[in-house]
Formats: sequence, structure tokens, C-alpha cells
Amino acid sequence: MSLSKARSINIAILALGGQGGGVLVDWIVGMAEHEGWTAQATSVAGVAQRTGATIYYVELVSKQDRPRPDAQPVLALMAVPGDVDVVIAAELMEAGRAVQRGLVTPDRTTLIASSHRIYSVLEKTTPGNGLADSEPVAQLLKDNARQLVLDDMQALAVKNGSVISASLFGALAGSGALPFPQSAFEGVVERNGVGVKTSLAAMRAAADLARQPIAQPKVAASGMETTARALPDRAAAPAVQPLLDRIRADFPAPAWNMLGEGLARVLDYQDVAYGQEYLDRVAAFVRFGDATTVAEAAHWIAVAMSYDDVIRVADLKTRPERWARVRREVGAGADEVVGTEEFFHPRLPEILGLLPVGLARRVQAHAGLSGWLAARFDKGRRIRAFSLRGHVQLRLVAGLRRLRRGNLRHAEEMQHIQQWLDAALAIAPQDLALATELLRCRRLVKGYSDTHARGSSRFDRLMQAAQLLRGREGAAAALASLREAALRDAEGKALSQRWSALQLPATA
Amino acid sequence: MAERSFAAEVRQLEVPAGTEFHGEGILAVTKALLECGVGYVTGYQGSPISHLMDVLADAQPILEKLGVYFEPAASEAAAASALSASVSYPVRGAVTWKSTVGTNVASDALANLASGGVTGGSLIIVGEDYGEGSSIMQERTHAFAMKSQMWLLDPRPHLPSIVKAVHDGFALSEASNTPVMLQLRIRSCHLHGSFITKENQRPKFTLNEALEAPVRDVNRIVLPPASFLHEKEKIENRWPAAVKYIQEHQLNEFIDGDIEHLGIITLGGLTNNVQRALQLLELGDLWGETRLPMYVLNVAYPLVEEEVLRFCQGKKAVLVVEEGQPDYHEQHLNTILRRHGVGTAIHGKDLLPMGGDYTVAALRSGIRGFVEKHHPAAFAKPVSLGMPTVPVASPKPAPVIPSSGNDIQLPPRPPGLCVGCPERPIFSSLKLAMQEHGQHHISSDIGCHLFSSQAPFDMGATTMGYGLGASSASAFNAGKLFGSSKRAIAMMGDGGFWHNGLATGIGNAVFNKHDNVFLIIDNNYSAATGGQDILSSRADNEHRSTRHPIENAVRGVGVEWVRFVSRTYDVNAMRDAISEAMTTEYDGPKVIIAQSECMLNRQRREKPKVAAAIKGGERVVKERFGVDAAVCSGDHACMRVSGCPSLTLAPSGDALKPDPVAHVDEACVACGHCGEVADSAVLCPSFYKVERVHNASGGDRWLNGLRHKVLGCWHRRTHAARAQRALFPLENLS
Repeated sequence: MSLSKARSINIAILALGGQGGGVLVDWIVGMAEHEGWTAQATSVAGVAQRTGATIYYVELVSKQDRPRPDAQPVLALMAVPGDVDVVIAAELMEAGRAVQRGLVTPDRTTLIASSHRIYSVLEKTTPGNGLADSEPVAQLLKDNARQLVLDDMQALAVKNGSVISASLFGALAGSGALPFPQSAFEGVVERNGVGVKTSLAAMRAAADLARQPIAQPKVAASGMETTARALPDRAAAPAVQPLLDRIRADFPAPAWNMLGEGLARVLDYQDVAYGQEYLDRVAAFVRFGDATTVAEAAHWIAVAMSYDDVIRVADLKTRPERWARVRREVGAGADEVVGTEEFFHPRLPEILGLLPVGLARRVQAHAGLSGWLAARFDKGRRIRAFSLRGHVQLRLVAGLRRLRRGNLRHAEEMQHIQQWLDAALAIAPQDLALATELLRCRRLVKGYSDTHARGSSRFDRLMQAAQLLRGREGAAAALASLREAALRDAEGKALSQRWSALQLPATA
Repeated sequence: MAERSFAAEVRQLEVPAGTEFHGEGILAVTKALLECGVGYVTGYQGSPISHLMDVLADAQPILEKLGVYFEPAASEAAAASALSASVSYPVRGAVTWKSTVGTNVASDALANLASGGVTGGSLIIVGEDYGEGSSIMQERTHAFAMKSQMWLLDPRPHLPSIVKAVHDGFALSEASNTPVMLQLRIRSCHLHGSFITKENQRPKFTLNEALEAPVRDVNRIVLPPASFLHEKEKIENRWPAAVKYIQEHQLNEFIDGDIEHLGIITLGGLTNNVQRALQLLELGDLWGETRLPMYVLNVAYPLVEEEVLRFCQGKKAVLVVEEGQPDYHEQHLNTILRRHGVGTAIHGKDLLPMGGDYTVAALRSGIRGFVEKHHPAAFAKPVSLGMPTVPVASPKPAPVIPSSGNDIQLPPRPPGLCVGCPERPIFSSLKLAMQEHGQHHISSDIGCHLFSSQAPFDMGATTMGYGLGASSASAFNAGKLFGSSKRAIAMMGDGGFWHNGLATGIGNAVFNKHDNVFLIIDNNYSAATGGQDILSSRADNEHRSTRHPIENAVRGVGVEWVRFVSRTYDVNAMRDAISEAMTTEYDGPKVIIAQSECMLNRQRREKPKVAAAIKGGERVVKERFGVDAAVCSGDHACMRVSGCPSLTLAPSGDALKPDPVAHVDEACVACGHCGEVADSAVLCPSFYKVERVHNASGGDRWLNGLRHKVLGCWHRRTHAARAQRALFPLENLS
């Protein structure tokens, strides 16, 4: 018997709930039907709820292919690996998933993907950096698609005042994967009549982009790290110039940029004398002759010395640059009325931390007084930073910077820093790599109240680990692995596992 | 008001006969019901037939014009019971729900209905939720059809076939006095396609006529001795009548093929994927031509013995295509063939997967195995005779495996709560309360709130069924008797509460003097099924009576300890209520009602209003949240107690901070949860709310000008002071 060789054009669309995948499907179907084709589309919508991934599936058949005028195509309801002509993915990892499901094949599939990321909950909840690496995924797409269109379709849509479904639809037009002219794509959007102008703008921009062949897949760097600025030739403030000169004179050149960042931070945090203290502390690591160690010391000593406290928060919240940034964020002009409400919840330890050491210790010792203070101060506060009253309140707190050196928190922090640096300096002559890793462990100490307490206790464990690992072969790598584990989850499971894997003694 | 409006689509329901109708499967079903002269329709929403209920609700004026009664039932049991109107009266009725879970709920009524039989055509449209994306993915409606002896239609996933099945269903029901189930698989419900319409019909017999001239027949009531009679009727009258109708009207299809000694018997709903698999194996084509003869069971139950024998006549082997287990069809076919001494081999679960979706890929490999076993020549390359021909490609090889990177770990993406969801703060509060009072046993329920079982909340141990959250904690009341230090916590939504939780959960807890904590999550809608109104909805609904508080209901059944939290975003209040319920001396059921409107519904209503107000020059304050990157610690503790999709990550922009910082994206609806939780959990002061005043008033402008003047001075002073200790130049003040 003779079988027809006609095939349907099969399109799979992978989108997250709320990304407008359904709109995209409606456009494709509307266009194909308008062009006299038979279209069938389906999806499993119930599972999209609410932020999960959905696959929409469309099959298109030309009526010209009919062997008899009354012939009806029999269309399938789901994408078949190896039998998909076009895959559209509205997010990078979903594009990767399409490849892993076998929907993208080198002999057949045009893949149109947005390179932007929508992070999953698991990526976001990691205490450190839990983001999946985008680059291998981009390479995976390139290796498996017959034709690849990969760009940030979300940004392109926003730039044109539209939504991602429009830019993806435009990219589909530009890719030439469907036998319809650009005018057919634009026609369906025009007939639909909603947001026509902006949709067309986004579509045309994406179509142009899709027509250019891409040499190397473009993805935003998934590493979230920011590079240090180049050390300036002249300090902005004359008072700082001697410190800048000291960096150039006394420190190895590869560490200069990080020293510049560190110095800028501590100066901003306190004053010029504090900048000198900072350079003194880093200078202790110069004699070991390793620029990496110096750069790490420059990085983490600056972080440690500019610990998060109420004074710094109040100062950051009342800066004029911030006012401008908030306006930009909501797209408000300079004369528009904008205000903010800040969420604070200082607790007794933070309040006590602001007091002079002696006074704070006396209050701590007096249970009744502590209780009274806690009841008075330990509650959530909403402060309107842009109002006169709120601004005054915050500036008063920020003004405590001048008294910071005498307060309890500062004394505690400085003691903690000293122990850490003493330990690193003691280890350095024998095992510089281990000492450097110990410097990097400061990454664990961050934040406020419970977060700070959790980070500090993990840091203390790593300090202990450094001592236990001393003299072991591969001690530095072991400490680094413990640090990475500590940043993987909030409960400390990964750290405990790593700890036992390294056969470190269970600790008190 | 449902999440999706079909107001525009339902206009198609009135198109004249002979029009080409384009739309989704559910819309086609609605049109077909009207073409069949249905007298009443009811049902219970739930994927994949939620939209059918929404279409019906939006089509209310059209239905009324035609004399069709519609109501959304309180549960599947209520819907099934409504079919009793067709027991004694020749009125056509249709009901719909999600199967198999909904069919379980309806089973009592269905058993009684099927026992006595029906006079008017009775159609039960079930969203067959087998497989991917379903709740109870491994169960099939087929079992219910068999046990109650109701006929089960499983049409091809093709709009004309689906529409025809509705027509056939009513007629078959009337011809055999038996309720008929029409199963639509999940993808068929959402299938876009087209069909040619017929004229809408008014009901031939109306419910009014029934009310005016009531009739009763004691033999239709399930009481002995009539119930014995019913079984006899089923076997001796109704079944043969159905078989006769199915044969005479050719509800099943026979498709010829040239490999005559083999064949495929497939359920209608799987036909398209079978034919695609045949096409990929070059044993069929796009237009439904097939080399393997096919017998398409548009009627999945009952099997027609004579048709089976006719199809298998002279065949060496047939392959049975039915998803899931047990293999009902395979067993039944074997029985028929053995009983008649026919030697045809039956293949099925030996070549096809025992469970899971019958994807085209699975079918392709099963059919390939079947043909290779019995007719390998089908795959042989044709031998050239004389003229050289273009080489014919051999059957498609197995799918091309990606060349690299299958080992790349892609982050999983389970479904979760929407941006601004009012349920998120409830779970954050519960998490905080448990940080204080220890981990507790939590019984969950069906609904959006079940997403609390996913990261970052990770709570809830079981989910037993819709509205059964409260009753599934009942055994743990043992703690009261035997002295446990902790109480069990049970959750349920407002949808589940009205579906059955009031009686089975709360009433049961009062009666049995439970000491458990019951958390009722009231978001004003049956939200997970698409935002349909229920008794306690706050919206005005022209056709329904709403605004019946859950609190009144629980007090009505005897609950004394009730805490009502009217703004779930108030994490402190929420956490305090939960903590109090966990620790109070009060001995009895403790009910917390946490009420805030579903944000999805709220935004759908409010967003256009706000946009119009701004455009119209009204003073509008628009809010959203932000994070100070310099203040954020990069620890992401806020995400671990929130998980809001708009709370995401961004580079810190600071070389000294290698970890990404929290960032609120433009999807933020300013529910305030991130700020509240940062406050309650004492996390970090980096969150702030921005208020932008559109069309500011004179007063606003005056105050703003004053602030600018005074704070501007101050800003310049502090800025200058900072410039005195700056290494890098500071940002210029504009």
C-alpha cells in the first residue's frame, strides 16, 4: 500500500507559569489557521500551577499536502524525542531540559531559547552561591540544535516595552523555521489587537537578532562575582593619598586592586586612621612572599573590619545616592513623590553593642535592666527614611560612627579578628596555603542576629578545623571543602558530612 | 470569579449549524451538550475539567436562554446525586469532575444511580487524569465503569470525535437505561482544534414538567427486592441493549491495513499517538493510513464480543494498547478468544510498559517489538527490481541522544506558590513557630497550600484527599490520651473545607474531643482549581450566595477555640496565633482561620483598575519592595522562609561580596511578606518598601518639596564628609 510522506511541523514550547506560553501557542495556531493550515495544540496546564515548568505542544499541517480533499491529518498530543522541528524555551535551564528530554536533535530541531535565568527555589535558598552554571548548558544547546537562536529574550522584550512571548514569537519568525513570512507573524498579533505596537517592536528586534548567525552562545556570566576596580592613580580625598602611596610602596602589585577595594570600604566605614589599621593588618602577610595570600588578606580583613552593625545600616539607608537609586528602581522622575518604609528589628544585643564597653557589660550583668530594655527596644520598627522624622532618627544612629571604637560590639569584633589573624599568621610559615584558606573562611561571617550567630559558629568550627588539619597533607584543600560545605545549606548537614568524611574528631 | 474568563469564547456556543468551530476541547464539549438538548448540567471543578465548569459558568445566560439549568455542585458526590433527576424522567443531564479522585467521592451516588438505571440520557464527563501531571496518576476510571456497570466512552483526541462521543453518549445511555461515562484525557481537554457545528436544541422534556407532574417507581429505588431485580436487569437487558446500540451505530472503528494477519486494538483516546508511532515506523502516515489493521475502541467498556471476534478472525496476533494496570482489556480479550477457541495471540503488557504514560516513544518501541516478532519483513528494505529507485529510508532509528551534557545537573523546578501569595506568610509563620516549639506532625490537604511540602517550607507529612487534612490527623489525638508534649497540626483550604472538611474534619474533631490544631486557609476561592467562588467567597456573585464565613460554620458545629487572622501577611500575628494554639491549656479542637485573598485573583481584578485610575489622573500610591544590596548579607535566609518567586538574586556589585545578594524583581506586588518576615524572623534590615505617588496632590508636592530642601542640605553635608575619606570619587549628587 502507498503511504504518504507528508509530515506535520512539530513545535514544543517550554515555559514557566506566568511567562505567557499560552499566548505564544495561540499566536502560532492563529497564524497557521489564517494561512490555511490545520493546527492542533495541547498542553498539560494543571501542572503549570504556579511557577512550575509546562510544555505546550503544537502540530501544523499544510492543507496542500492532503492526498484527498477530505483527508484529515491524525495529530499526536505530545512531543516525541527525535521528531520535533522547533523548540522554544523561555528560560535557559528549561532549554537545557528540552535537550535532556531528547526534544532537540541535531538533524532536525531549530532551538529558540532565552538565555536569561529564573532561579529555582533550591538555587536561591543556598546560603552561599547555589546558582547553576549557565555556560555548559549553553554549550549543550549549541551541540544539539540544528539551528540555535539564543539571547536574552526577556531583556529584549522589556527594552521594547513588551513581554517575552512577543520576543520569542519574533525570533521564531526570524529563524525561518516556519514556512510563513514575517507579515503573517505580525498579522496575527495585529488582529489580536492587544499591545500591538510594543509587541511588534519586540518581535522585529528579535527577528533581526534571529537572522544573525551566532558564533558562540551568549549567556550572562553565571558567576555573580564583581571584579575589583583598578587602583586609582590619585586618591579622591587628599587625606587618603598617603595610604594609597603606602599600598604602591609596600604591597605586591597583584594585590593592589583588592587592597584598593578594601581600603575604600574601611575608610567609608570609619575614618582614615581605621584605613591605616587596615593596611597594618594586611601588611603582616606580605613577608610570606605570596601575592594571592596578600590579596585574600586584603579582601577578608576589610570585610571583617567593616562588620554589619546598626550604625552602618543607618548610614547606608540615608545616603543621597540611595535616594537616586530607589527612584531609578521604580522609574520615577526627580520631581515625582516617592517614599520608602524600612524594616528594622534591632534586638537587645545590637542595642547593647552600641553602648560603651563598661556600661554595656554592667547592663548585661543586670538581668532586670536587660529585661526592661529588651521589652522596650526589641520589636519590629518601620522607619520612613525619606521623611524628616525618619531621616533624623537614622542619622542620629549613623552619627554613632564617631563613638564606634569605644562600643562593645567593636571590642568583640576586634578580639575575634585578632584571634583569626593570629591563627593564620601562626600557620602561614609552615603551610601558607592552609593559612590562605583560613583567611577565606571569613566569608562565613555575615549578616545580623541569628544569621550572624550561625555564620560565626561555623567560622569558629573552621578555625578549629584549621588547627586539626595542620600538618596533614592536603590540609588547605580539606579546609576549602569544609568551607564550601558550610555554605551549601543553612542546617549545616553538608558541613557535618564533610567533617566526618575528613575523619575529624567529633567536637564538643 | 474564576481565574480565566471564557466570556469571549462562549459566544461561539450560539453560532448557527454548519459553522466551523475553533476552540479547546472543553468548549467543544459544552457546544455538544447544547446540541444534544441537555436539561441540566452540574459538576465539581478540578484539573483537567476546571475550564469546563468555568465555560459553563460564563455561558450561564446562553444556557438560560435555552432552558438549561446549571449549578456548580458542592462536591462530586453532590453532582452525581443530581443525576437522579434522570432516573424517572426523560430529561438529559450531564455532570463533570476530575477522575479518579472525584469519581471516588461520587461513587456512592454512582453505585445507586447505576443500580436503578436511568430513563433520561445521563452523561458523566470525567477529566481522566491518568499519567503526567496528575494527582493520582496510576488509577483509571475504567475500574469504576466495570464495578458499577456504566458504559465508558474514550473518544479519539480529535474535536469531531469528542463532539460525536457526547451525542453518542446520551443516545447510548437512553438505549440501555444506563449512565454513560465520557472520559477526556488531560491533553484532550486542553486540545485546540475545530469541528462543524449542529443546531442547539432545547430540552425535549424539562425539569419543570417533572415538577408539575411528579412520578415515582419503587422499582428504581435501591431496596430489596428491587435491588435484586437491578442486577438481573443489568445483565439481561441493559448490557445487551448497549452492545446492540454500539454495534448498530458503529461507535467503534475498524481500519484496514495490508498486513492482515496482525492487528492493533487500541483505546480511542490513544489512537492518535498509536498512529504517530506507526508513521515514525513507516507503517502508517499522517492521514491515518496504516499497514497494520486497527480496531479502535471508542467505547472502552463494555467490549463487544462479536466485534472482537470479527477483528481477530484469521489474525496471528494482535497488540492491545491500554495504559496502566491492571491490564483489564488484555485479560478480557484473552477470555473472549479462549472461550471461543480462537488462537490469536494477544500481546500487550509484555511489549508495552506496565505503567506510566503511553508516549509515542513508548508506543513506537512496543509496536516495533510486536511487528519484529510476527512480521519482521515489514522492516526489510525493498529489493530493487529493474529500475533503480530512490533508496527508501529504513525505519527511524532510536532518538538521537544528546551528544554531551546529559550529566549536567539542571536545577529542578517544582510548582510553588505565586508572587504575593497570602499562604506563603502562613507557612513562614508556622516555620517560625516550629523553630520555637519544635517540629510538629503536620497533616496536609489538597490545594495550593500543598506546595508547602516543597522547598523552602518542607512541611506536611501526608495528604489524604480533598478536605481530609483535618480528619487525617485524628489518630494523633492519641497524644491527648497518652500524654504527648506536642499536638498534631492539620491544614486544609477553604475549598476542601466546604467540599467535606466541615463534616469529616471539624465536626469529627468536635465530636471526638480532639486536642489537635486545625489551620484553615481561606483565600476567598477554590483557588487551586482556578479561583471559583465558594460559600465563603467575599465577592458578590450574581448567580450564587456568597459571604458565609467559615468561622460561623465551625462555631456552628461546636468549636469554641477559634482565632481569626484577617491579614495573613501579618507574620507576627500569624505566628502568635499558631504558637498559642500549640501551647494553650484549652482542651479541645483549636481552629485558626487565616484569611487573605488569593493574590492571582486580586491582581487580575485590581491591576486594570489601578492602571485606569492612573491614566484618569487620580492620585494612586503604587508600592513595591526593594533590597539594599549594600546591606544584604548574601546569606539568603529571607528566601528560606519566603520562597517568593519575585524575591530573587542579583550580583552584589561589590568586589568584596562574592555571594549574590537578594533582589526584588519587577513582578513584586508589594504584599510585604519579605519585609514582614525579615522583621519577625529578625533577619536583616535590607528590605524596604517604595511608595511612588502617581498624580500627586498639592499637599504631596508641598511636603515633598520641603523634604527635598531640608534633606538635600543634610545630604550635601554628609556626602561632603564622606568625600573627605574617599579613595574612589563618590557618585555626583544631582
